[in-house]
Amino acid sequence: MPQKQSMQSPRMATNNYLLDHAYDEMFLDEGELHSHYELLFGHFSALPADELQRRKQAADLSFLNQGITFTVYGRQEGTEKIFPYDLLPRIITAAEWEKVEHGLMQRITALNLFLKDIYNEGRILQDGIVPREIVYSCRQYRRQMVGLQVPRNIYIAICGTDLIRLENGEFVVLEDNLRVPSGVSYMLTNRRVMKRIFPQLFRSYNVRPIEQYTQLLLGTLRSLAPEGRPEPNIVLLSPGVFNSAYFEHAYLARQMGIELVEGRDLVVHDNVVYMRTTSGLRRVDVIYRRVDDDFIDPLAYRPDSMLGVAGLFNAYRAGNVSLANAFGTGVADDKALYAYVPDIIRYYLTEEPVLKNVETYLMTRPSERQHTLANLDKLVVKAVGESGGYGMLIGPQSTAAQREEFAARIEADPRNYIAQPTISFSRAPCLIGDSLEPRHVDLRPYVLYGDRVTVVPGGLTRVALQRGSLVVNSSQGGGSKDTWVLSQ
Amino acid sequence: MLSRVADSLYWMSRYLERAEHTARLLDVNLNLMLDESSTSSEHRWLRVLTALGKPRDVEWNDDADALTRTLSFDTSIKSSIVCCIVSARENSRHVREQISTEQWHRLNSLYLQVTKPGIENGMELTEFLQMVMEAIHQFQGITDSTMSHGEGWQFIQVGRFIERASATAMLLEAYHDDLWVHPEKIPEGNEYLEWMGLLRSATAFEAYCKVYTADLTPNQILEFLLLDEQFPHSLRFAIDSMQCALEAIQRDSGKNRADGLHRLAGRLQALLSFSSIDDILRQDIVAALHNIQAQCRTIHSTIYELYIDYSIQTALAG
Repeated sequence: MPQKQSMQSPRMATNNYLLDHAYDEMFLDEGELHSHYELLFGHFSALPADELQRRKQAADLSFLNQGITFTVYGRQEGTEKIFPYDLLPRIITAAEWEKVEHGLMQRITALNLFLKDIYNEGRILQDGIVPREIVYSCRQYRRQMVGLQVPRNIYIAICGTDLIRLENGEFVVLEDNLRVPSGVSYMLTNRRVMKRIFPQLFRSYNVRPIEQYTQLLLGTLRSLAPEGRPEPNIVLLSPGVFNSAYFEHAYLARQMGIELVEGRDLVVHDNVVYMRTTSGLRRVDVIYRRVDDDFIDPLAYRPDSMLGVAGLFNAYRAGNVSLANAFGTGVADDKALYAYVPDIIRYYLTEEPVLKNVETYLMTRPSERQHTLANLDKLVVKAVGESGGYGMLIGPQSTAAQREEFAARIEADPRNYIAQPTISFSRAPCLIGDSLEPRHVDLRPYVLYGDRVTVVPGGLTRVALQRGSLVVNSSQGGGSKDTWVLSQ
Repeated sequence: MLSRVADSLYWMSRYLERAEHTARLLDVNLNLMLDESSTSSEHRWLRVLTALGKPRDVEWNDDADALTRTLSFDTSIKSSIVCCIVSARENSRHVREQISTEQWHRLNSLYLQVTKPGIENGMELTEFLQMVMEAIHQFQGITDSTMSHGEGWQFIQVGRFIERASATAMLLEAYHDDLWVHPEKIPEGNEYLEWMGLLRSATAFEAYCKVYTADLTPNQILEFLLLDEQFPHSLRFAIDSMQCALEAIQRDSGKNRADGLHRLAGRLQALLSFSSIDDILRQDIVAALHNIQAQCRTIHSTIYELYIDYSIQTALAG
């Protein structure tokens, strides 16, 4: 591995490139690259600035024309936006990936065992590994699921786990998304655009393919079919065209060749789910649902939901229809429960967790709460039930008033908050104007659990496009990159 | 096919047909205003409003320019061209995974064009109308050549032709008074222009001339727009195409309860296929046209009862 890579070309301006304690995905040090980035950097440096801009525009146009947009809530006009896209791919080496893959498989296996346990015997609670009150006080805990037999005991069939890289380059888990994780369509379309815009560069790396994802997803869903339904009718249940991820729902349904349905397309009769078709009612066997628990059945959960299907829960209970993911998986991605996941892995698998957690302080523990309240300006505080970058306090970037407000909220409802150290997670180079600037990135790989556990080699790399920002969510100005996992 | 999907495809198609028809009617009449002097502006534009089914909240205020702009751009008027395109696009968005990417591109870019801020002042009105007609023609061509001619496409056909049949019937009704009841009201020497205007409102002028030469008479015009077998904007052609699509849908969906619908559409088809123009002229023409419109409405609601809005009880029984 060459120690020093000469800066071949002055054309790619990197003079303002910030390198500090945070891990940089491309640079080891000033002028010194991680070896797997050399080809990429050379390629981009050789491109004239206007050629880069031309390709950038081609990529943007391609997204717009394909209608790859998400919806921003709360505004009347211009509610459809393209998801900003950065041209430089993020590269993960085979060795790094091996560990990530192993760790994710371990985690989903343990969390499934955990869900089965807490909705049945509750051994882990009796053994005092996870406190009962953490589970029972969770808003996502579904009493209705107690004692219910879930097909093949798979509660979480589809998950997207958020990883970040620490300063030493180690991947750690920031968050599990076990309910209705989204973003996989961006992973797939990013790759398609990238291959079109940089075919030569792509060929020169041995990038592992991800296009098989939709087929694997279909296989996973099929494996969940109720017994006695060898040719299951599988559908994707979407909240509808006004949902922020509607593009993804339509995309996945089209790629899998299954019907995209909304609540109003489904009816339940005698505990059997049907969809309304022009040739009459057709039985539904497996539902890949992209609707939250709360909204899915107005009889079982929120009575004011317009998105759900009345009677669906009873049909599910009767074993006439399967759902992916099962109800009540949200209890396992509660941010307070997160702190116990390493213990959960040790308990069920008697293995050490491969991927570490970020250090987390529970506000229900008095000593950790005191520590947090005393150090609010250094910590990140998160509400346990929120996602999408909402309900967060980032200590170092907060005002005294905000800190006071959060302190009051924590005192009032400690169960609802956790705190973590402010982690300067890794940065990757992004094309900002004509020059390269580092931006914070995370990684969301997608895990499927059907006949076996599969992690598609890649994921969605989300970018906090605002300089210095640590929030990568698309609703808060985040963008994305293609993610290349190398085969060697 | 999901009932909701059929519903969206049907309405996407109807709205586009409506937008195209409105655009052509406005374009033809704006164009005729340049030539003639004696047909009063009021008479002309009231007739246009009648031909469009007297859209709610649109009044003739002695200002042709304001009226045409309202019918083109006013987003508070449900039947304006822009509104129809927005509705068509909204329907297509609900079935994005059912239509081809090419169809979506064409319709989405038309939508982006007509909803661009300042479009009302951005181009000449006639230019706008031409652009709309052209885009919708392209969309129809793309639909026919990129989408499988399965059940979804058949619902698009039904929507297009049922809308066209109603619109042509309303157009003939609007001209009825001028052509047959009080032809003397049209100033001497202007008949030709008026009749040509009627034909052109249905893109029928050239096709008519091929059959009857440029010899324009009211009875021949009526015969052509009502009973011609080959011209795509004639009522007979529209009903034939609709019936053909309905039969294909019945085959695909395996509905054996479609007898009632088959009978309704077949009766209308028979009326147009086996009537001569003399039969029709002997009756009350307006009543006949009304009758056709009423039959179209009944066919529409029967399609809904059968394929889209059926009750669960009937579906489980069937």
